[in-house]
Amino acid sequence: MMSNIIRTKNLIHDYPKCDEDGNVIGSYRALDDVNIEIEQGSFVAVLGHNGSGKSTFAKHLNAILYPTEGCVWVNGYDTSAEEDVWNVRQSAGMVFQNPDNQIIGTVVEEDVAFGPENMGVKTKEIWDRVNYALNAVRMNAYREHSPNKLSGGQKQRVAIAGVVAMRPKCIILDEPTAMLDPVGRKEVISTIKHLNKTEGITVILITHYMDEVIDADRVYVMNNAKVEMQGTPREIFSNVEKLKEIGLDVPQVTELAYELRKRGISMRDGILTIDEFVEEYGRLVK
Amino acid sequence: MSIKLENVNYIYEDGTINRFRALKDINLEVNDGEFVGLIGHTGSGKSTLIQHFNGLVKPTEGVVSYNGEDIFGEKYNRKNLRLEVGLVFQYPEHQLFEAEVLQDVAFGPRNQGLSEKEALIKAKEALALVGIGENYYNKSPFELSGGEKRKVAIAGILAMEPKILILDEPTAGLDPKGRDNILELLKRIHGERKITVILVSHSMEDIAKYVDRMIVMNKGSIMYDDSPKKIFRYHKELEEIGLAAPQITYLMQRLKESGYDVDENATTIEEALKGLNINA
Repeated sequence: MMSNIIRTKNLIHDYPKCDEDGNVIGSYRALDDVNIEIEQGSFVAVLGHNGSGKSTFAKHLNAILYPTEGCVWVNGYDTSAEEDVWNVRQSAGMVFQNPDNQIIGTVVEEDVAFGPENMGVKTKEIWDRVNYALNAVRMNAYREHSPNKLSGGQKQRVAIAGVVAMRPKCIILDEPTAMLDPVGRKEVISTIKHLNKTEGITVILITHYMDEVIDADRVYVMNNAKVEMQGTPREIFSNVEKLKEIGLDVPQVTELAYELRKRGISMRDGILTIDEFVEEYGRLVK
Repeated sequence: MSIKLENVNYIYEDGTINRFRALKDINLEVNDGEFVGLIGHTGSGKSTLIQHFNGLVKPTEGVVSYNGEDIFGEKYNRKNLRLEVGLVFQYPEHQLFEAEVLQDVAFGPRNQGLSEKEALIKAKEALALVGIGENYYNKSPFELSGGEKRKVAIAGILAMEPKILILDEPTAGLDPKGRDNILELLKRIHGERKITVILVSHSMEDIAKYVDRMIVMNKGSIMYDDSPKKIFRYHKELEEIGLAAPQITYLMQRLKESGYDVDENATTIEEALKGLNINA
């Protein structure tokens, strides 16, 4: 049986609302009864517009935030148990949007070594881990470079290597490609998929880009602090109307098939790729 | 009325070991009322180019002129130029600094020498134009969402009533709704105020949908300067420089190659709906 690396039960998160003098005058519910189970080794995507609760959810998986109500377990550790907080953070590593905010070393390999060094790993093993991590993100050729001179995509891969060097079972990436150009986006996404497929690391990818999602094992769509939809990418993208209502995009071929269907053409639901569209088109015009 | 660049070269850190030629022999004219998309991967020279448009950087060689006058001529008033050519940087919301939204937007016109009353009128007009209502006037910029902050930042430039509006990746980091909001806003401003818009973007889908003219930069040179439709025919060349055509272009070309009677030049969903030649 596959075990769940992450499980949330009736997770609720309230942020306090303050007046100008800093007095708490109420609260704002950012997560409302979220129940999610994520299998070890899977590739999971979380979609949702700004303010839907995605990032708050991500912060719970790394014990940056604690539940207002309900529970979160990461690798079997309850995130609200103070004594397990380091176990939680070693099990699940986070990568954020802005690569410039995550790099602290003056040389790439030093930056990647920071995490394991901080964990008290022995020097020899630190270097093994740095080698492993830089190879995993394909940045070994740059190990002695200054991070300043790297492209956005390369910096983001270094940030990912920094997390990989801590040997987490799970990596959570909060819009890791939002600030990158198309080349950088491709590099980062292919790195993430590689880590998932060959290194067996569970990946939780939070994103706005639908094309990054079509290879995921499971997709969660968040809206107004709740999980509004969940399923395989095909199941999710079969519901173009609802995605649009929530304010999300679909891949262009999916949208085109949807528009054709609206015009009475019997295209099937859930077309995700150019190949699928071409095949379906062939069936129709025959 | 136009911005014109003639044989413009720009070299960073000339005379040092870090010498880098960021722009190479650029010849370009942007005319009144155009909606231009500027595309190129990181480091292709886009940002250096747009900084020439309002004289923030001086070309190492060549001439930049605005309405026929050399903007680096001896008596040229570049302060005036910057009022007419508004530049919205990447992540402009990082530049919001006043305690209240209305005051932030009024900063520009106030700086132009307008009276307090006039500056506030301009600020209110600009906020109305970007769809930010009165109930936001006294809010702190920090209380706003990412998309709202960006609209306020754009309003800060619009309040100075520029004739040309240049935006460096105005939708970066926004969600799909926020992105569509900003792009529709630009389209509306372009139509209503008849101003020239120059949009730097990484999204080919957006460029295909909104602009009339597209300029592709590569390694400091202009590689293509034409309508998006014509340029997307060179999708293989675009891929070689790290760019791509919209997904629709690839779909239509695949269908054509598979022997179907479709319009392989469609670049948007609307064009594809017509070009697929399929009826219910």
